Amino acid sequence: MSTPPTPVRELPHKHYLNATYGAGLRSWLLTTDHKRIALLYLASVTVFFFIGGVLATMIRIHLLTPGGALVTPETYNKLFTMHGVAMIFFFLIPSIPAVFGNFLIPLMIGAKDLAFPKINLLSWYIYVIGGCFVLYSFGTGGLDTGWTFYTPLSSVYSNSAVTPAVLGIFINGFSSILTGLNFIVTIHTMRAPGMTWFRLPLFVWAHYATSLVMILGTPVVAITLLLAGLERMFHLGFFNPALGGDPILFQHLFWFYSHPAVYIMILPAMGVISEIIPTFARKPIFGYAFIAGSSIAIAVIGFLVWAHHMFVTGESTYAALTFSFLSYLVAIPSAVKVFNWTSTLYKGSISWDPPMIYALGFIGLFVIGGLTGLFLACLGLDIHIHDTYFVVAHFHYIMVGGAVMGYVGGLHFWWPKITGRLYPRALSRFAAVVLFIGFNLTFFPQFILGYLGMPRRYHTYPPEFQVLNVLSTAGASILALGYLLPMSYLTWSMRYGRVAGQNPWPATGLEWKTDSPPLTENFEVTPVVTWEPYDFKNRPDLGLATGTPLPAPALGDD
Amino acid sequence: MQSQLPIYPEQASNFAPQVDALMLFITGICVFFAAGVTVAIVVFFFKYRRKTPDAVGITIEEDARLEALWMIVPLILSMAMFGWGAVVYVDYRNVPRDTLDIYVIGKQWMWKAQQPNGLKEINECHVPVGRNIRLILSSEDVIHDFFVPAFRVKMDVVPGHYNTMWFRPTKPGRYHFFCSQYCGTNHALMGGWVTVMEPSDYAAWLSGSAAGNANPVVAGEKLFAEKACSTCHVANGTGRSPSLNGVYGAQVLLADGSIVVADEAYIRESILQPNAKIVAGYQPLMPTFQGQLTEEQIFALIAYIKSLQSQPVPATGAGIAPPTGKR
Repeated sequence: MSTPPTPVRELPHKHYLNATYGAGLRSWLLTTDHKRIALLYLASVTVFFFIGGVLATMIRIHLLTPGGALVTPETYNKLFTMHGVAMIFFFLIPSIPAVFGNFLIPLMIGAKDLAFPKINLLSWYIYVIGGCFVLYSFGTGGLDTGWTFYTPLSSVYSNSAVTPAVLGIFINGFSSILTGLNFIVTIHTMRAPGMTWFRLPLFVWAHYATSLVMILGTPVVAITLLLAGLERMFHLGFFNPALGGDPILFQHLFWFYSHPAVYIMILPAMGVISEIIPTFARKPIFGYAFIAGSSIAIAVIGFLVWAHHMFVTGESTYAALTFSFLSYLVAIPSAVKVFNWTSTLYKGSISWDPPMIYALGFIGLFVIGGLTGLFLACLGLDIHIHDTYFVVAHFHYIMVGGAVMGYVGGLHFWWPKITGRLYPRALSRFAAVVLFIGFNLTFFPQFILGYLGMPRRYHTYPPEFQVLNVLSTAGASILALGYLLPMSYLTWSMRYGRVAGQNPWPATGLEWKTDSPPLTENFEVTPVVTWEPYDFKNRPDLGLATGTPLPAPALGDD
Repeated sequence: MQSQLPIYPEQASNFAPQVDALMLFITGICVFFAAGVTVAIVVFFFKYRRKTPDAVGITIEEDARLEALWMIVPLILSMAMFGWGAVVYVDYRNVPRDTLDIYVIGKQWMWKAQQPNGLKEINECHVPVGRNIRLILSSEDVIHDFFVPAFRVKMDVVPGHYNTMWFRPTKPGRYHFFCSQYCGTNHALMGGWVTVMEPSDYAAWLSGSAAGNANPVVAGEKLFAEKACSTCHVANGTGRSPSLNGVYGAQVLLADGSIVVADEAYIRESILQPNAKIVAGYQPLMPTFQGQLTEEQIFALIAYIKSLQSQPVPATGAGIAPPTGKR
């Protein structure tokens, strides 16, 4: 698309953004349109991403010197706790499902909306209420338990605002459950004619798997945190040994959800990558059924590995052996995805468009994040690196390198569909490279720090660890630029970007066969699917070489 | 850790070489795969760059054999990692018999260590080189974790539980230990030094600084009388409760027919929750001491009960499983 023969394009006259249901703000706060709710989520998760990002910046500045450069120990502990809570429960878990899942699933399967539009809006309000509880906790004394809320520290000893925070996360859980339920019902019952299960975009498969984890896992963590809250408020003995409870029980319950929650964060990102790769390699994805099946396998096996977070708690040797074995099994479906994505590139027609740069960056970072999981799953090795910076580096590679890279890649891919406009191409490719380099510089040194023995959650550290910490902080400043750039030019493009047209890349999904931005009802006429997924050859409507060549890129002519 | 940018910490215990070898093995496999995927992506990225704006890629037929290959090969390699890791882990968990036992208590935000002769240290722990050392860990408040990077050992210190860990120091020196389970405000300050000494230096150090420290066996014996344990646990086995002579390390037959080994954790539980495991042939009469003893007092009682090892095993043998027991 270096020199497109650009006819002067205009946005469609009527679309979901300018449809009037009432006046201004009211038309947003009372909307049941999945696309508008997705944008409500986009705005609110961005707020939490920003809060979490500011806290992370303060953490990295503090760790520039061994003694701690910025804040007191109490404050430092609050910084990393609130960073974790904001990022995990209020950014990463809702990010791709609640923004892109909401926006795209009905469009991708040819439906007018989700199955339960009002419940969809309700889930956003629940999210906001939960978020307010957590912000209240942040604002009134903060939170210093670690995002893992280990008892009896959280339920007895902490002097910070634990109760509103656990209530907020408890409430927020219902938002996740309702979203998962909505997706599952929608995918089962509202597919357009011809949209069989094996014609579903892999993004939808990934969200189906994610939704299973959401509705099966979230109730467990919600009730666990509520129990910790009850122990704190009413001194009921669930986890406090002085009252006859067992602190290890908390960890079992907590990780029963919180390990699968990692898959809530990464599976949707894998879904995004599975859309971007075939689109920009312009050929069918290699191993469709294996990628779809691996999403389900990850969701199922992911429920059986939780106690690998507990290898040094004194759990029985047999339990440790079992959970280590199962943790290695869950690595296989992830490897299958990586191999299939890579094979898809072979003999492709690879464009260097920004979403592709982000997707390839995702694969690079996810490979490092995934492979370092093999170190942690290894019993003999985990004893040494458990609870060190090695773990911090590993999960940031998965959650930031993986999930956030996927999220930002998805933003670049679907931004023309969401807003109807394109963003600056060169600048956004530059931003992707900055993000990739900044990320590696921030987190790779932390693997070495961890193996050297620097424990996590330390506000001060022995001087021999300083060089690597300074490197990490330097990387973080580049990383911050990598996030600020897209925030700026994407915002700019909402008003000044070039009009995109229906299908600018072009891509094969149903979401690209309607206007950009789409109508409130998504499609004028319910589409009928007669083609296989990611097939560019038998799609003359895309205007590509093997179809009937069209004089100009497809523009509203089907 | 003398050089500017070391890759691994000093090796100062029996576990360190094993763990580092395991690390290199896994790193080798992972670098191989990461490099393979990266090279493939970079090559494809340049080689198959889109030639004309409307060009389409060449569809490759899917190949089930290829899919099977890249499932089976990683599976085999990961099973090798699992197996080797399991072997090392079992070594970590199987404590040798002839250990030098040190009791370690974690509390917000300090460590207390007690040598077998009762000598107490704060944020310091002295051990002789070449001996198998066992740490018996307990917490007075929240969960802590005792971590010595140079030894590659780590174990959570969980309130209400006794966790144990062992290692054999191989090199004299002073090594950092850390609390690695987040435990509140001064978590990062909750560390200290393990000093590994030549056995003769260690013996001299023990005798040189032992003055004024209560021997835990003596303290335990005093407590045993004060808390009226001795009224029921009569040494010759005629009391209402089992004699404790020789019980430590023995197999105990329980009322439900099962057999347990009377280790520290069992004795601790029997003091704090006497009804959890009832010895065969006895009534559940003992009151709980939950909340009435400090962790150090429990250590002292256990030390005293361990010292009864040298006493003759009671003639009746009640409660002690026959040597041909299930194990």
